Amino acid sequence: MIPSFKGKTARWPRALGLGILAQFGPAPVFAKDASLSGHMNIFSPSSTPAIQISHLAILVFAICGAIFLFVAGLLGYVIFRYRARGQESAEPPQVYGSNQIELAWTVIPVLIVIVLFLATARVIFAVQDPVKPQSALDVMVIGHQFWWEFRYPKLGIVTANELHVPVSSSSHPSPTYLKLTSADVDHSFWVPELAGKTDLIPNRVNEMWIDPLNPRLYLGQCAQFCGVEHAKMLLRVYVDTPEQFAEWTRNQQQPGRRDSQVALGRQIFETESCMNCHTINGTAATGRFGPDLTHLMSRATIASGIAANNRANLANWIKNPDHLKKGSLMPAMQLSDDQIDAVVAYLSTLQ
Amino acid sequence: MADQSIPYPGTLAPVETEGGATLLEKLHSWVITVDHKRLGILYVVYSIFFLLVAGAEAICIRIQLARPNNHFLDPAVFNRFFTMHGTTMVFLVGMPILFGFANYLVPLMIGARDMAFPRLNAFSFWLTAFGGLLLYFSFIGGFGLYGMGSAPDVGWFAYAPLTARAFSPGHSTDYWALALIVSGFGTLGTAINIIATIVSMRCKGMTLRRMPLLPWLMFVVSGLTLITITPLTAAQIMLLIDRYLGGHFFDTQAGGSAVVWMHFFWIFGHPEVYVLVMPAFAIANEIIPVFSRKAIFGYSAMVAASACIAFVSISVWAHHMFTVGMTSSSNAFFTLSTMLVGIPTGIKIFNWIATMWGGKLCFATPMLFCTGFIFQFLIAGLTGIMLAVSPLNWQLHNSYFVIAHFHYVLVGAIVMCIFAAIYYWYPKATGRMMSEALGKWHFWLFVIGFHVCFDTMHVPGVLGMPRSIYTYEADRGWGTLNLVTSLGGFIQAIAVLIFAYNLIVSYFRGKPAGNDPWDAWTLEWSIPSPPPEYNFATEPEVRSRRPLWDLKHPEDPDWRYDQ
Repeated sequence: MIPSFKGKTARWPRALGLGILAQFGPAPVFAKDASLSGHMNIFSPSSTPAIQISHLAILVFAICGAIFLFVAGLLGYVIFRYRARGQESAEPPQVYGSNQIELAWTVIPVLIVIVLFLATARVIFAVQDPVKPQSALDVMVIGHQFWWEFRYPKLGIVTANELHVPVSSSSHPSPTYLKLTSADVDHSFWVPELAGKTDLIPNRVNEMWIDPLNPRLYLGQCAQFCGVEHAKMLLRVYVDTPEQFAEWTRNQQQPGRRDSQVALGRQIFETESCMNCHTINGTAATGRFGPDLTHLMSRATIASGIAANNRANLANWIKNPDHLKKGSLMPAMQLSDDQIDAVVAYLSTLQ
Repeated sequence: MADQSIPYPGTLAPVETEGGATLLEKLHSWVITVDHKRLGILYVVYSIFFLLVAGAEAICIRIQLARPNNHFLDPAVFNRFFTMHGTTMVFLVGMPILFGFANYLVPLMIGARDMAFPRLNAFSFWLTAFGGLLLYFSFIGGFGLYGMGSAPDVGWFAYAPLTARAFSPGHSTDYWALALIVSGFGTLGTAINIIATIVSMRCKGMTLRRMPLLPWLMFVVSGLTLITITPLTAAQIMLLIDRYLGGHFFDTQAGGSAVVWMHFFWIFGHPEVYVLVMPAFAIANEIIPVFSRKAIFGYSAMVAASACIAFVSISVWAHHMFTVGMTSSSNAFFTLSTMLVGIPTGIKIFNWIATMWGGKLCFATPMLFCTGFIFQFLIAGLTGIMLAVSPLNWQLHNSYFVIAHFHYVLVGAIVMCIFAAIYYWYPKATGRMMSEALGKWHFWLFVIGFHVCFDTMHVPGVLGMPRSIYTYEADRGWGTLNLVTSLGGFIQAIAVLIFAYNLIVSYFRGKPAGNDPWDAWTLEWSIPSPPPEYNFATEPEVRSRRPLWDLKHPEDPDWRYDQ
């Protein structure tokens, strides 16, 4: 029941003047390759809340489109039919109004509003007040300037910027329930293909849920202005098959890997200020101001989704975070190039 | 048309302006003036100045966003620019220009010699002007002792706790809050003045049911202003208490509430939209009948719809907050209340079309802009209904769809009506017509630019592009759309420059207007252009809504019909 703008169904939304949207539907080539999936189209939903919203959206667009065609048509007719022609100077007949007509164009909109409201109310309650199944996964999402912290309280996992959740299906529903709050200012969690957005507000806990139907990568980003680098607070949601998710969970539950070959890097990490802000499980580093780095190398990106997670970018980032993200709250620690190499070598072992 | 021979009883020939005043004397006379017409012109000129400033900021924003990962503006500068663009357009352009029109036109249209409180009027203008200067002084003074920031960079909605001292050091946020408090007091003064003028200064025979629609709507707007500005001012004071006196209203680190700020801001912010748009309706209500050569259709329904919009608009504010985690019942309530506003608004659109129906439409520049206004306001209203659907709002809130929607209201409806009003009343204020040829260039370029820009802008919102971002990734598929949007912005900028040129050149070279260039029906057209300081030599007396129609058509006067 996922509305698609591919193939046959593309015709009727185009008739409603939505044709332009159709061009931006997920092309088949992108659907396969998650890394190329730049699509965040609210009309290619892949999770129940987003699907219900897109169905409602099509109804609302259709009604509003019909009203538009009617009224704009009326306006166009009036402009064409009653434009002044020639120079005759007599005034047209004066009409002051009509109560019957006023009544008609009051009552009809009232009826339209009632229909729209009832259709809307149904979706509000379905999305906002569902019965939470036993099998649901709980995740705590904490917004920071300018990154995301994800905590899985029942699994004992803490990670950042890349959320992993299991795929859900009608036979084996495994939705994910998110509790959202913020450590500093307001943020907003928005992955258009999975659900509408919900704000992360300090001193308050909000909730939302998703039940993704296709295992792949979904993109989103912070949707509430949160300061200088709001634009680079990107969000990646990996929807895993049950096996992938179990494996990911097992790996994340391990403490940070110890490797004597990178002892120098680890020593720098623990003696310079790195550990004041970052946690690496199983070491002395327990800071919470920055992302948890215990399994840094299991993530595809760094700095909240803005750069690929490789040694060059890591070194660049540690040397001066402002190069990649001007205004990021991580300070440049003034390490020498040798020290940076050692720290990068250490971080690269944190699989 | 343009019959200048119609004498309205009691009018005098224009007084010869005394020659020989030096430039300094002339400027001085503008500073000390308490004449409602001069203050009205000051408001309008002040607003047009800031329109150009905030427009320049918008152009910088659009250059930055024209392609992904652009480096035209620094992130911090971009954030200042969109904050200043929004704050300026709402508080230093929208509000003052509409109050400028009210100032200039209300006394003329109700047959009064001035506003009820001329000195309060001058005081209000200078407060507003000072507020604007204070806001822009932040570019120099905002660094404060901390050497941080310059202009405000917290968004025009300034959500807590981003405005707390922990997240906004320096003085930029203080300038923002103080500027809005100061200009807010100016606005309150003008609103009180307009209400008092309309209640107590109408000329003989002008009952409330015979008052033209422009004063009627300005009356409603002024009442609504008293309701909306108050919570804004209160919130700004609370914010300053938080920042300097150790308060914790919005300080979440100490148990304050970020959501309380949102409530205060939007209890101001949503009725504010109607404060801005109803004067635009008022302008259309005057211009459309004159250029359709017909009386307004459904006068009483128009008044009732305006009052109804004002009333309902007080209970819709939380539709800006569907994503902050309200209960499902609250979301349903604000969905319904927001949709209800659509009904009186729809009545207005139908009444304008009915006014044109059966008329003889003359598409001079003011009417072109008003026709464009109806079309664009229709679309703006419909996207508003879409956004009122709270589940859809969960997707579209804070996306470029919302930006496109409210620019449709603010530019497509309000700015279009402001242009219409300037073309329409410029002859009255200056005694000279604006160039029709340049006016048509202005209109067509502006409309084309508008649609290229803002029609396109809806799409990236649907594709997940949030607002307030200074750049975006190339793989998101938003690049082309943003480039087209920016091009539309540039076309509009060219149109506005043509308009500014037309304003200046017509003042010196425009053809003389005479008293009544549009063959119109309200009292301001019975007196010379520009009107003498005392407006009416003797108090006019009216017997219907269209006193000049009655004079021009003694065989078929309006007062024969029950009004």
